[in-house]
Amino acid sequence: MTAQTPSRAPIIELKNVCKKFDQFEALKNITADIQEGEFFSLLGPSGCGKTTLLRLIAGFEPPTSGDIFIDGKSMDGISANRRPTNMVFQSYAIFPHLSVADNVGYGLKTKKLPKAEIASEVEKVLNMVDLGSFGGRAAHELSGGQRQRVALARALVMRPKVILLDEPLSALDKKLRDQMQIELRDLQKSVGITFILVTHDQEEALIMSDRIAVMFEGEIAQLATPEELYRRPATKRVASFIGVMNFLDAKVTRISDDELELEIAALGPVGLPKSAAPEGVDPAQITKIGIRPEMLTLLFDPSDKAEHEVAGNVVSNDYYGDMTYYSVQLPGQVDPVTISMRNTAGRSIAKPGSPVRVGWGADSVVLF
Amino acid sequence: MARGLSREDRQGLTLIGLPFGYALIMLAAPLLMVITFSFWTQNYLDIDRTLTLNNYREVFSQPIYQALLWRSLRISLIVTIVTVTLAFPVAYYLSFHVKRRKALWLFLITVPFWTSYLLRVFLWKVILGYNGVLNSALLEVGLIDEPLTFILYNANAVVLTLAHAWAPFAILPIFVALEKIDRSLLEAAEDLGDGPFRRFWRVTFPLAIPGVVAATLIVLIPTVGDFITPKLVGGTDGLMVANMIQIQFGKANNAPLGAALAVTSMVVVAAISIGIYVAGRKIGGRVSR
Amino acid sequence: MKRGLSPRWLTFYVVSYMIFLYAPVILLPMFAFNDATIIAFPLSGFTTKWFGLLWTTDALHKAVGNSAMVAVVTAVVSTLLGACAARAAARYRFPAQKAVIGFIMLPLVLPEIIVAVALIVMLMQLGLSLSLWTVVAGHVLICTPFSIAILNSAFAGLDQSLEEASFDLGESRWGTFRRVTLPLVMPGVISSLLICFTISLDEFIIAFFLTGTDATLPVYIWSQLRFPSKLPSVMALGTILLVVSVGLLVLAEWFRRRAARRQGKGATSTEGFV
Repeated sequence: MTAQTPSRAPIIELKNVCKKFDQFEALKNITADIQEGEFFSLLGPSGCGKTTLLRLIAGFEPPTSGDIFIDGKSMDGISANRRPTNMVFQSYAIFPHLSVADNVGYGLKTKKLPKAEIASEVEKVLNMVDLGSFGGRAAHELSGGQRQRVALARALVMRPKVILLDEPLSALDKKLRDQMQIELRDLQKSVGITFILVTHDQEEALIMSDRIAVMFEGEIAQLATPEELYRRPATKRVASFIGVMNFLDAKVTRISDDELELEIAALGPVGLPKSAAPEGVDPAQITKIGIRPEMLTLLFDPSDKAEHEVAGNVVSNDYYGDMTYYSVQLPGQVDPVTISMRNTAGRSIAKPGSPVRVGWGADSVVLF
Repeated sequence: MARGLSREDRQGLTLIGLPFGYALIMLAAPLLMVITFSFWTQNYLDIDRTLTLNNYREVFSQPIYQALLWRSLRISLIVTIVTVTLAFPVAYYLSFHVKRRKALWLFLITVPFWTSYLLRVFLWKVILGYNGVLNSALLEVGLIDEPLTFILYNANAVVLTLAHAWAPFAILPIFVALEKIDRSLLEAAEDLGDGPFRRFWRVTFPLAIPGVVAATLIVLIPTVGDFITPKLVGGTDGLMVANMIQIQFGKANNAPLGAALAVTSMVVVAAISIGIYVAGRKIGGRVSR
Repeated sequence: MKRGLSPRWLTFYVVSYMIFLYAPVILLPMFAFNDATIIAFPLSGFTTKWFGLLWTTDALHKAVGNSAMVAVVTAVVSTLLGACAARAAARYRFPAQKAVIGFIMLPLVLPEIIVAVALIVMLMQLGLSLSLWTVVAGHVLICTPFSIAILNSAFAGLDQSLEEASFDLGESRWGTFRRVTLPLVMPGVISSLLICFTISLDEFIIAFFLTGTDATLPVYIWSQLRFPSKLPSVMALGTILLVVSVGLLVLAEWFRRRAARRQGKGATSTEGFV
């Protein structure tokens, strides 16, 4: 399998997809495009509908209304076994009565390919997932991580247009999970097949994806690249879900043609370009801003300077080895803000109760 | 999308429809017919279909049927109590004192059951008979001078035979209930000062009651309807209602009366069973899973 | 662990109980090989003539054939119905599910005589004659609940995503059933077949009531019990039946364990009979 440069044609188009289970609306009007060759993630808390959406794309359930197009063809009425998709299940669903090779070759056997061809394809793909010598093993002899690779190999060997992954790493322990995240990402890049991943772990999504759709309660809250999601979350909920966000009240004091002036509680006045306002929101309605913990700095040395400065008081700190997370009280605020500082060489750790100078920059302010 | 059954639901209904339909035709319909039949009369080979309560009147007034019903009930209850009581220690032993190979023990316990019931009952007749195995063995050894007569052809023999026959059916449900008991409950009781006996009565037994109730019902219900054992080892004192039902359907040519007897015994058994079940829930049921 | 009630007397009790359980069963081979017409102690010499006698009895051969036929048909039909019910219970939600399944399982708690009486009444009313097929019908009624009990765990333990995975990889519904579902429930199916076969083989009451002129084995045995001279051969027959039944059961248990191992679990204990 050679690498392909992702083309610009959407491989999957979701148009007003809705799904109801009895009275419960699992998906409300989902519209999105997924590009060919991209690593796309559906991210959200449990119950948000991401797995439901994945199963709809796979064809295990029909949408209540709306349409799903794969490679330009409508999937209306097309059952799962005739779709150009393959799924890696959360439980891996490895056939316990078949060997690894028979598992991986299962779909090829359905296509009635000659045995020799099946064998060579299976071997190729097993090598790709680092299970080259495992073909003869029985399914129940495998560890969790190995099962996951077999499930992946089984899907890969079919060369589908899209591979769907339903929380494939959730059953693995942390070290293995971290390792697999990188491996999956690299594998996808080398193989060039569109991957759609469902996960509730935002770190996982950020590391692996080209683009992420954040979902809450059956709707897409924001669809963007990891960087955009992190830097410019569209709503407060998205901002809290991805990483940690400090929220402060703000009031717009002046609106001009291309500039906004705001008064932020505890931090003071700041001027921002109008484009910083979230899409579709009237700038005059802005009442809150957000600023990430790493965008606030503690200025220890008198010579340390920042764009803006405000005085604060350390309430507590949490030491994580490479980072220290501070809880800092700002003037006039009830709740302290979270500030993260890297423990670089020579940097001191401020003790609870000590006064500090907090520095921040205008372009790290997110408007809501 | 239209309301109503999805393809999935319809598949499910078709699947269950097969066995359910069979049960409906082969069980529900016949049972209804039995009930209907019990209201008819039979003269030799002709069936008179006028509805009448005569059969039931006969069942409830004639002393022979009354006595038979009472005796069947009495024997069944004794069998049940004996069987379940004897079975409980075995189930207890299996659950608490057998560490490995529980499955093997269970298997060994069920094996005798899988031999022909008819033969097993007959074997008890052979064992308990005047010239039978037990008597001849005791005579040989010199423990007795004359063969024992009280052990066969009466209610005692019926009780013994059925206690043997139903043993595994009684052991299994009690075992299952005992297995479910969280052992740490007993450790907690011990930690709080209870000795082994108190632990048993305050923790183990109450939690085992659902199993005991199940065992009781499993033994009681079929026992009432048994006719092989009374026929082979019961003598005249041990005849039970099922034998009478068989006679009515056979030689006596009075099937409606047989049906009425059957319905009556079923109703009585059902009433008792419900009573036992409810009592069991009250005593032990407060402990929910 | 728990220092329970003194195990010594309990062990003694349990051992005595097991002797009590096996006592009649041990007698069978003992007197089948005993050279005497009376079933009593002391034992006379060893002989196989009773078995030889069985070999030449025509009526017995007929009865064996009848029983075998009835048992095979019963096993197959009961397993089929049981599979339908177990699959429906595991996969689908249909209205009044508990009541429907409960009704199908009803024969488990009905005295066999009630079932026999009910069936015979219906057959009389419909004017149908009694035959081996009516026996089959009755046997299927009482064996299906056992089949359901065995197959329930087989179907319930079947991970639904396995069938979805097969489907996702392009297999048809029938192909999925053939390549995934069936192999995984096969041990349970075989277990059900063997157990239903054994039950039907040993069943007496319904066969007694519902058979016409053809006797099944238990009915034949019943007819022989009246003649004291036939008793030793009945013993021989019983021994054979015992060996066959136990053999079938060992097979059934072996298959059940294989099923559990195949699905990745250790050999668990109790079958869920109730």
